[in-house]
Amino acid sequence: MTKQTHPIEHKVITSWITSGASVLDLGCGDGELLSLLIETKQVHAQGVELSEQAISNCVTVGLSVFQQDIDTGLTDYAEKSFDYVILNQTLQQVKKPDFAIKEALRVGKKVIIGFPNFCYITDRFQIFFRGKVPVSASLPYEWYDTPNLHFLSIADFKEYCKRNLVTVESSVFISKNRKVRFLPNLFGEVGLFLVSK
Amino acid sequence: MEDKQLITHRQTSKTQYYTFAFPPDELTLESEEKLGPVTLAYETYGELDAEKSNAVLIAHALTGDTHVAGQDGWWGNLIGPAKGIDTNKYFVICSNVIGGCKGSTGPSSINPKTKKPFGLTFPLISISDMVEAQKQLIEYLGIVKLLSVVGGSMGGMQVLQWMLSHPNKIQSAIPIATTLKHTPQQIAFNEVGRQAVMSDPDWKKGDYYDSVPPSKGLAIARMIGHITYMSDTSMNEKFGRKTRANKEPFKFSADYEVEGYLRYRGDNFVKRFDANSYLYLTKAIDNFNLLNGHSLSSIFKGLKAKVMVLAFKSDWLYPAYQSQEIVKACKLAGVDASYCEITSTYGHDSFLLETGQETQLIGNFLNAVANGNSNGNHT
Repeated sequence: MTKQTHPIEHKVITSWITSGASVLDLGCGDGELLSLLIETKQVHAQGVELSEQAISNCVTVGLSVFQQDIDTGLTDYAEKSFDYVILNQTLQQVKKPDFAIKEALRVGKKVIIGFPNFCYITDRFQIFFRGKVPVSASLPYEWYDTPNLHFLSIADFKEYCKRNLVTVESSVFISKNRKVRFLPNLFGEVGLFLVSK
Repeated sequence: MEDKQLITHRQTSKTQYYTFAFPPDELTLESEEKLGPVTLAYETYGELDAEKSNAVLIAHALTGDTHVAGQDGWWGNLIGPAKGIDTNKYFVICSNVIGGCKGSTGPSSINPKTKKPFGLTFPLISISDMVEAQKQLIEYLGIVKLLSVVGGSMGGMQVLQWMLSHPNKIQSAIPIATTLKHTPQQIAFNEVGRQAVMSDPDWKKGDYYDSVPPSKGLAIARMIGHITYMSDTSMNEKFGRKTRANKEPFKFSADYEVEGYLRYRGDNFVKRFDANSYLYLTKAIDNFNLLNGHSLSSIFKGLKAKVMVLAFKSDWLYPAYQSQEIVKACKLAGVDASYCEITSTYGHDSFLLETGQETQLIGNFLNAVANGNSNGNHT
């Protein structure tokens, strides 16, 4: 999966994870985050990925990675079999985000979700003034050639959590590789949530 | 003493022989019958390092042999100097399975008791028997732990058997295009092949070694086999509906190229393979069931080896769901495993023909194993 991540995203995720934990990264790409977590938190890491080339890159660095489509579910995994399940920059690209979140919450004690905020200020400007679907650093694709199937805002996700009784344990909003505290749904380019159920 | 002997292995590909299980210490087979002495033919490539830690065992498929690399080696695109399994780094061993006909003890071997070929008096062989014989060879070569055991199809079954029977003797394992157990469809194709052999009047209940072998029956068995090894796409690409230039006047001559190809492959096969071995080995494959009496979650419990399971998208003989079942067993046991379904149009033959992605994955994986890269899954 194509990923657009800020270095600070990985720092935030790392800070949420306890040493020696078990981690399942859904859509792990080349395994950059997992390698970092092994190095800094000595986690027991497992990745799920669709791309053959990305899998090969994970294998090169010794990661355990399974080729699997998240949309078909995580049936092989037992309830709460991981301390953390990560869905970073993956959610907007799966066919059924609701199902992916529920599966992640089923197999993970805690779930980390990161996504680009569709209501970031420059995106709003593009829609309002130019009348065009936004193309930005966190949403770098044209409408006709994008892996992103769903567009959500930080406010949308908070509402989803409330409606589905998902507890938000922590959240961080990022813009230009820095944390945003003021009006995150307007000034946050990326939302990161630590949730549980 | 063995060390001196090993030095001579180097980059050679000359077939060597190891004979063991002399009476009264015969090899006890899974069927509880005894077999001995047993000879294994094998070839080695590369050099065993001083710690004897760089040995990779290659397990061959149904009709394979010891000649895995070098000129005309059956996996020459994967194994060799600077290739996926780099013989400059690894000591590669490939032995012919027992029950085979490429130098190891099989139904065409001379029974020491009767001084005549075994024929059908040869005991039934299992995948586990093949692995036990390989283990004896590995120990003879002074190797305590294999860096890896790699194989596709029937070779993959041997890899799985190693994972179950000798988990502490392997550092890693790569089962390719294989299954934990044969399905009715897979057994059915093998049975048609066996029936073709046994209905050939020259087969004579397996007692044909002093006369004409059942070539027609074995050739038909091979033709069926070849169809199952290819895919609709690969056959279309290879043959289309092309007809052959020199047609015979006979109404049912091999007009289409695919017919000529199958006949050619069938006729060639009988020159190099023993019909009884074909019966014994296909039966070993059909009887293979790693789950026999075990649950999926228990078979690989405690396995410390790193595992990489590979399947191919166009393989309909050993479909990807069978590999995913292996992966599931690894997940349930908490084994450090990876899985990739490689895009390839060659069907089951992909594991022998796909040179790009498979080679890259195996090379990268072995490298990570040899360098001790780990993802922290040591529980």
